[in-house]
Order: sequence, then C-alpha cells, then structure tokens
Amino acid sequence: MTPRRGLLRELSANRIMFLMLLPVVVFFIINAYIPMVGIYYAFTKFDFNRSLFNSEFVGMENFKFLWNSGILAKLTVNTLGYNAAFILFGNVLAIFCAILLSEIRLKWFKKLTQSIMFLPYFISFVILSVVVYNLFNYDSGFLNTMLKAFHMNPVDVYNTPWVWVPLIIIFYLWKNLGYSMVIYLAAITGISEEYYEASKIDGANIFHRVWYITVPMLKNTFVVLLLFALGSIMKGQFDLFYQLIGNNGVLYNVTDILDTYVYRSLKVTFDIGLATSAGLYQSLFGFILVMTVNTIIRKINDEYALF
Amino acid sequence: MKIKDEKYAMTFRIIAYTVTLFATVLCLFPFLLIISASFTPNEVIIREGFHLIPSKFSLEGYKMVFRFPETVLRAYWVTGVTTVVGTALGLFFITMAGYVLQRKDFKYRNYFSFFIYFTTLFGGGLVPWYILMTRYLNLMDTYTVLIFPGLMTPFLIILMKNFIRSAVPEEVFESAKIDGANDFKIYYRIVLQLSMPGIATVGLFLALAYWNDWFLSSLFINDQNMYQLQFYLYNIINSIQFISQMGAGTGISLGTDLPTESTKMAMAIIVTGPILFLYPFVQRYFVKGLTIGAVKG
Repeated sequence: MTPRRGLLRELSANRIMFLMLLPVVVFFIINAYIPMVGIYYAFTKFDFNRSLFNSEFVGMENFKFLWNSGILAKLTVNTLGYNAAFILFGNVLAIFCAILLSEIRLKWFKKLTQSIMFLPYFISFVILSVVVYNLFNYDSGFLNTMLKAFHMNPVDVYNTPWVWVPLIIIFYLWKNLGYSMVIYLAAITGISEEYYEASKIDGANIFHRVWYITVPMLKNTFVVLLLFALGSIMKGQFDLFYQLIGNNGVLYNVTDILDTYVYRSLKVTFDIGLATSAGLYQSLFGFILVMTVNTIIRKINDEYALF
Repeated sequence: MKIKDEKYAMTFRIIAYTVTLFATVLCLFPFLLIISASFTPNEVIIREGFHLIPSKFSLEGYKMVFRFPETVLRAYWVTGVTTVVGTALGLFFITMAGYVLQRKDFKYRNYFSFFIYFTTLFGGGLVPWYILMTRYLNLMDTYTVLIFPGLMTPFLIILMKNFIRSAVPEEVFESAKIDGANDFKIYYRIVLQLSMPGIATVGLFLALAYWNDWFLSSLFINDQNMYQLQFYLYNIINSIQFISQMGAGTGISLGTDLPTESTKMAMAIIVTGPILFLYPFVQRYFVKGLTIGAVKG
C-alpha cells in the first residue's frame, strides 16, 4: 500500500476530525502561509499600480540600502538589547517577588497584593501611554508637578532620548511582573515541603532555605521561560514601543526596534520594499537564532529543547 | 539556636511585607493618578498639574465625553461586537483543534501541530500580510478584518490541547466510541463539559486581546464609524497633543471644544472601566491558566 492511499483512507475514516481541524488550518494558511509569498516584495521596487510579480525586480537593493545606511545594525542592536534586558530583569524581579510573596502568611494580604500586581497586565497599551503622559508630560505631568513643588527645574522627558532606555524597561516590568510572577509562584508551590522540613532539622535559617532550595528549584521554570522568550527575541513588544514613543523622531536612535521601523515604513513613509526587506530580515534572523539555540540545547540537555 | 532562627524569620518577613507593599503601591499608583485626574477640572490640571488627590472635584471630563455620546457609544458597540463574536468563534475553533490534536488515535496530529507551531518560527512579516488583507481580500473597513486575525494563536491552541489532555481521561474517548458516539459528539457532549475551566481561561485571553486591540484598527480602519475604543482613545490623545503643539507653535488659539486633559483621563477610565470592573472576578482564571502547564507545549 502506498502512503498516499494510506492518507486517503485516513481522511475518510477520520473525516469528522479533519473537518474539525479545518478552520484552524484555513486560518493559518491565510494568516501565515500565503503572506510568505509576499516576501518577494523585499526584492522589488514596489508600485501601487502593479501586481506582485509585475513589480520591478531590484534584487538585493533594498537590503543594501538598509545595510549601508546603518539602519539595520542599529535596529538589530536595539531589538536584541531591549529583549535581553526584558528577559533578564523580568525574570530576576519575578523570582524575587514570587519568593517574597510565597513566604507571606496573611492570606488576604497575599491575595490582594498578587491581584494588584497582576492588574497592569490587563490594561491596554493605549492606557499605558496615558499613564506615561500623565507622569512625564512637560506642562502638567506628575513628575514636573512634584519638581516644581520642591522649587526644582522641570525636566523635558519627551525630548531626552537616553532616559527612555530605562523607562521602556521599567514600564515593561511594570506591565509584565504579575504575569511571570504567577508562573514562578506556581513553581514554588510545587516544591515539596519535605525539603524545607529536612533543612530546618539541619539548622538552616530562612535565608539559607530560600537560597539553597527555592532558587535552585526554580531553575527549570526559568530555563523554559527563557527558551520561550528567545523564540521571539527579534519581535516582541511592538505595542509597548509604539505607544510610548509613537512618531517622536527625537527618540528613534535609542528606541527604534525592527517592529516599529517596519510599521512606520508601511504606514507613514509608504516604503513597501524597504519595509518588507526589514521584516524578512527580522523573520530570518529570528528563525536562525532559534534553530541554533535549540540545536545547542539539544546537545547539552535534551529535556529543555523546544522541539 | 531557636531564638536566632526566629529573628531571621522575622527579618525576612519584614522584608517580604515591605517589598510587596511597595511593589503593589507602584502598580496601583498610575491608576489612581488617572482616576483622580478624570475627576479634576481641566483648568486645575493646567494650573497645578496632575495630583494624586484632586484639589477640586468635578465631573466636567465625563460630561464632555458624553456631550456627543454617539461616537463613544459607536466605538463601544464596534469593540463589543468584535470581542463577543471573535471570542465565541475563536473558542469554537480552538477547542475543536485542541481536542483533535490531543487524540492519540489521530495519526497526523504531529504534522498538524508542527504546521501550527512553525508560524511562530517564521513568517512573511507585517507588510505582505497587510497587502494580502487590503489589496487581495479587500478587507479595509470591515468587521472581518477586526475579528479574523485575532481568532487564535498557536499559544492558545497548545494551551487548550494541554487543558483537554489533563481534564479528560483517555478511557472516556474509548468508552464513548464503543457506545457509538462520533468524534464530534464526543467533543460537544463530553470534552466541552469537562474542560470548562480551560475554556474560560482561553476565552478570557481572547476577549482581553480583542478588547485591548488598537493595532488592527490603526492598520485597517479609515472610517471613523468603525473605530474601536482603544483606537478612538489613541486618536483623542494624539490629536490633543498635535493640536496643542500646533497652537503653541503658531500662537493661534484653537476652539474651546477640544478634548481637554480631564476629558482624556475620563475617556481612559471609560475605556478601561469594564476591565477594572470584571477583573476581580476573572483574574483567578488567568492564574489557573498560567499554572496548568501553560509554560511548555
């Protein structure tokens, strides 16, 4: 029997299950696989009046421009840098808070604080931009109101590029702390009580217990979260950057990432060829990165491999 | 020994309570600032800036928003429709897929899983997708384009698959099959009943994403009557900034009908209101969803 006949038989035997899967398959074909054809735009000079394959073919011109102008290097550094900071600080802070919270015995206090820390995750990034505006806007922002009250000079945050590096990281943490904390809290709850009992008998105090039992036991969760995050290290957080920075060109040098550049090229400067090239670069770079990391991890410890 | 131990425990507890309380205040503070500003008269904000407690109380901001209620209500309607329809459809598709993909006797489940997972590894990028939606499928200014792209994500399908696997024992499928139930019947009679907590979690993730979305509107919506709430708010904020910058630059005083600081804050509260209101009731589902094997597919 040929494999093809096997497939047909499988199709008729399990047609209900295939039908149930159909919407998802159609969704990903339209939403993800057909657009891959459009990668061709990256090699053309886009013309609104022509269809995809009639556009003028320019080879690697778009990439050359992106590379020679230094845009690509800057965007890559920014994207990777911010994501690395998000992953590092995000996890460390979440582990820290989760450990502290797990030691709190007052039930209502624990529940209430955890809920409030999780709250920022639920609001939209548009609201986040309102929050930032509220705090830092020059004329009436909370920061300048406070500074004026203490007779100090107001600061123009929206025209000071360097402060946005820590600010973006801080607001990322603000928005996502609750989310990763929940995951770590679950991991801590899963640690067997026996370890703690045994260490108590051995005379370990609470600091020892946290450092020698809880922290090492969280390694698994950390590695899994880290690998998951690596998968999107070239993407990510478009909403955060676009809502905080928007079209404020003064700040681009230190805040522009691949996602925002692609979006602006599409919606503001209408440079379809460049935008597609940058997008393709992002996609390929990310793909190669994940594949490499996954291969290495598989060699070191098979259990942690993503696939 | 014992006493020293207690001392350490005490120190640790003090640190724990202090840090947690501090973090909680930091998380809450911006919300309080917005709420306070929405109840402050505009000229007070202009004169004194934003404060934690309004020095003068007023409903002016909210009154301004509802002076021409049609646009806000319209945006509420569009957001509501997309959220409800998108969540319902998305849940239907995701649960079916999750169910089929965890069936051990479904031979091609790994191929399909990879077909779905691969889209997270590689894609055509934003632009080809945008051109497909606008030029080839002609979806500009439609409800379809606000709903379709958010129907599902690989993450939610994997999450659903894991939920169903842990909620429905393998033997149930076998005995139901022996009783003559077909695969769809097993799904809607048994699987759906048993995986309610999982469905609630995935549904809330979907609904939250639809409610908070501004990106699709910004890409695909030109018609003001089709603005979603978040995008409507986004436009208000940015038009105010734009106009006030223009005004400052040209010295031309612009009309008094402009949305003011307090209106903006009132609008922010109106947009987030349903989330803040529902949050206490639904957050435990998120916690549950993240706790049950959400991490690894």
